[in-house]
Amino acid sequence: MILDKQEFTFTIYTENQVGLLSRIAIIFSRRKINVESLNTSPSEVEGIHRFTIVIQESEDVVRKLARQLEKQIEVLKVYFNKNEELIWQELALFKVPTDIIAEKAKVERLLREHGANAVVIRSDYTVFESVGHREDIDALMEKLAQYGLIEFVRSGRVAIIKASEGFHKKLTEFEERQPSEETEENQVLDQKGGIFSM
Amino acid sequence: MSTLEATSKEATAKDNTKSLTGAEVVLECLIAEGANTIFGYPGGAIMPIYDALYSYQDKLNHILVRHEQGGIHAAQGFARVTGKPGVVFATSGPGATNLVTGLADAQIDSTPLVCITGQVFAQFLGTDAFQETDVVNITTPITKWNYQVTDAKEIPEVLAKAFYIAQTGRPGPVLVDITKNAQFQKVDFEPYEHCKHIRSYRPKPIIRNEYIQAAAELINAAKKPFVVFGQGVILGNAEKEFLAFLDKTGIPAAATALGLGAIPTDHPLYVGMLGMHGNYAPNVMTNECDLLIAVGMRFDDRVTGRLDKYAKQAKVIHLDIDPAEIDKNVTATVPVWGDCKESLPLLTKAVEKNSFPEWLEEFRKLEKEEVKEVIEPELNPTTDEMTMGEVVKYLNELTNGDAIIVTDVGQHQMVACRYAKFNNSKSNVTSGGLGTMGFGLPAAMGAKVGQPDKTVVSISGDGGFQMTLQELGTIMQNNIGVKILILNNHFLGMVRQWQELFMDKRYSFTNIDSPDFVALANAYKIPSKKIEQRADLKAGLKEMIDHDGAYLLEIIVGKENNVFPMVPQGSSVSEIRLK
Repeated sequence: MILDKQEFTFTIYTENQVGLLSRIAIIFSRRKINVESLNTSPSEVEGIHRFTIVIQESEDVVRKLARQLEKQIEVLKVYFNKNEELIWQELALFKVPTDIIAEKAKVERLLREHGANAVVIRSDYTVFESVGHREDIDALMEKLAQYGLIEFVRSGRVAIIKASEGFHKKLTEFEERQPSEETEENQVLDQKGGIFSM
Repeated sequence: MSTLEATSKEATAKDNTKSLTGAEVVLECLIAEGANTIFGYPGGAIMPIYDALYSYQDKLNHILVRHEQGGIHAAQGFARVTGKPGVVFATSGPGATNLVTGLADAQIDSTPLVCITGQVFAQFLGTDAFQETDVVNITTPITKWNYQVTDAKEIPEVLAKAFYIAQTGRPGPVLVDITKNAQFQKVDFEPYEHCKHIRSYRPKPIIRNEYIQAAAELINAAKKPFVVFGQGVILGNAEKEFLAFLDKTGIPAAATALGLGAIPTDHPLYVGMLGMHGNYAPNVMTNECDLLIAVGMRFDDRVTGRLDKYAKQAKVIHLDIDPAEIDKNVTATVPVWGDCKESLPLLTKAVEKNSFPEWLEEFRKLEKEEVKEVIEPELNPTTDEMTMGEVVKYLNELTNGDAIIVTDVGQHQMVACRYAKFNNSKSNVTSGGLGTMGFGLPAAMGAKVGQPDKTVVSISGDGGFQMTLQELGTIMQNNIGVKILILNNHFLGMVRQWQELFMDKRYSFTNIDSPDFVALANAYKIPSKKIEQRADLKAGLKEMIDHDGAYLLEIIVGKENNVFPMVPQGSSVSEIRLK
């Protein structure tokens, strides 16, 4: 069963409500599912927040989790996607000694190859930023470790769904309708994965 | 609208605005929601609400319980027999944490509750102030919704939401935690507006015709269809619609423990209770049917036994209002997502009239086997020891299936569910999903308050009764006419049964001594009697039922009697044991 597990990214649209993070986190933790990455931010719709959560799980478990998440009162919509269905990025910051950067041309070249930009330059250290997939960032970190990497931090994943028309349109349609009206996703019997979303 | 009209409307609204404290606003909201009964216990952090309540006693009936757990179980009993949300007050800290068991119980059994807890002043939040606990985070996994109010202006909207959420869709418990400053704060209270819509919350969908047609096709083609129904029928007030469906399709139907009472026990198509201690026939036939129609039930593991061996031969139609329940445990061939009050009539219309006499006869054959092996010895024992089953049999004779039966948890619970007669919906109140010992007495108390004209019988074991027996004080003070039946086998019977069957009779800490229950009842001024001989049983039960007011009857039953049939844990439902 472990073999069935793969990386899934949840995109959860919620009301901006105190305590909701805890309510969402509990849905994962009570099933002993480790959250690999979590990012929360406002969405393009005012007052609506967007969670991006990455986990390793089987599709069956992920589908059930999505329904439990969507069942929460303040959750508007839950999507779950495989990596190939997403455009996603992570941001990393690297703190390296400035003297090494200045002296060793190889490091400068390395940073250029990885598209890293300087954010802060001080006499004692320089901070670079890099944006990309986890493997790209990991590769850069491994190399910088050889040159006295002082500190490293990486953000949670942010992701955009390739196929989605965007939630804004869906929300607008939803708000135009009266409560309890039927939904588009609820129509097709042979697409069970999508049936129960809002 | 003209400017004049608008100004006049504004003026009228202003005339209707009252300046009230947050505490008074809470009570006004409860009245506006039609909640006239509150179970609660005062304390420092909820004192402003209790102070306000002093002036509202003519409009709100507050019942002072002896422990917050008793209060919430009473509210559960009230909700289960009335269909209205039960309301509970508790103070902060220990008061609020004492609600936890009841909240978890209500969450898993889909019971609508609105719990209001006091909280320390907002400026003390997070400082470990006296009696401060983070009740919102503690109760998050066991509430349908919860919220902390720190500003009295929020109270009307939050309480309106709370009532709406508690009783719509799949019902459940909600908790509103109100800081003390918000209870004191003066605000303008405008005419109350009920909540009818929350943007992010969709209580139920409109039923899609595709579901109905696909389900009807399966039903029309089935040779051995079987209906399993749960509390969803009762919560959806869909009893009539369900009966109409059964009467047209002629399909045999079995209940989960919480589904009992949705149709009368003596309905010709009713074939018994499902599950671990359910009836023989419905358990065995689950693995024989070609179509399983699940109505408002959630395939609990106590019902399914081993999932990998559960109804594998059958196609499955699952009617449920909660989309998270569909495909959770058993994969549905056709999911009918919706309120069964709406989906059942559509389905009834779409199916052909039918009957399955030969298929039904297969259930009846197995039933005869169960009667011979289990039911007859249980109801008409030949030994001197009284059995729990024969007590329930005589209770049926006296109440004719019209009583509300509230049970605690254990052997007596299963015996009551198996043998009690239910003519009416909302007459079986038991802790199903959580299996909460101590639930019975306070829940019965709440049920009697909710249905004062009904005979309410609380059936407990000697173990569970001792968990919440302090509520005898509430019964005494409020003159609640609940009939209290204690089936005393001097054991924690269900655990002992498992120890006997699966742990070589190593009765580890399951023998329990009890106080003199009769003396205890007398201390609470509740008439009582102890029955030790079969010869006194009928008369004792009759005296209890006929008595005007609360009455406690202790009956000594066989020490090591077991509840059979039984599906041992980890077995398939068709491996059910008759002995």
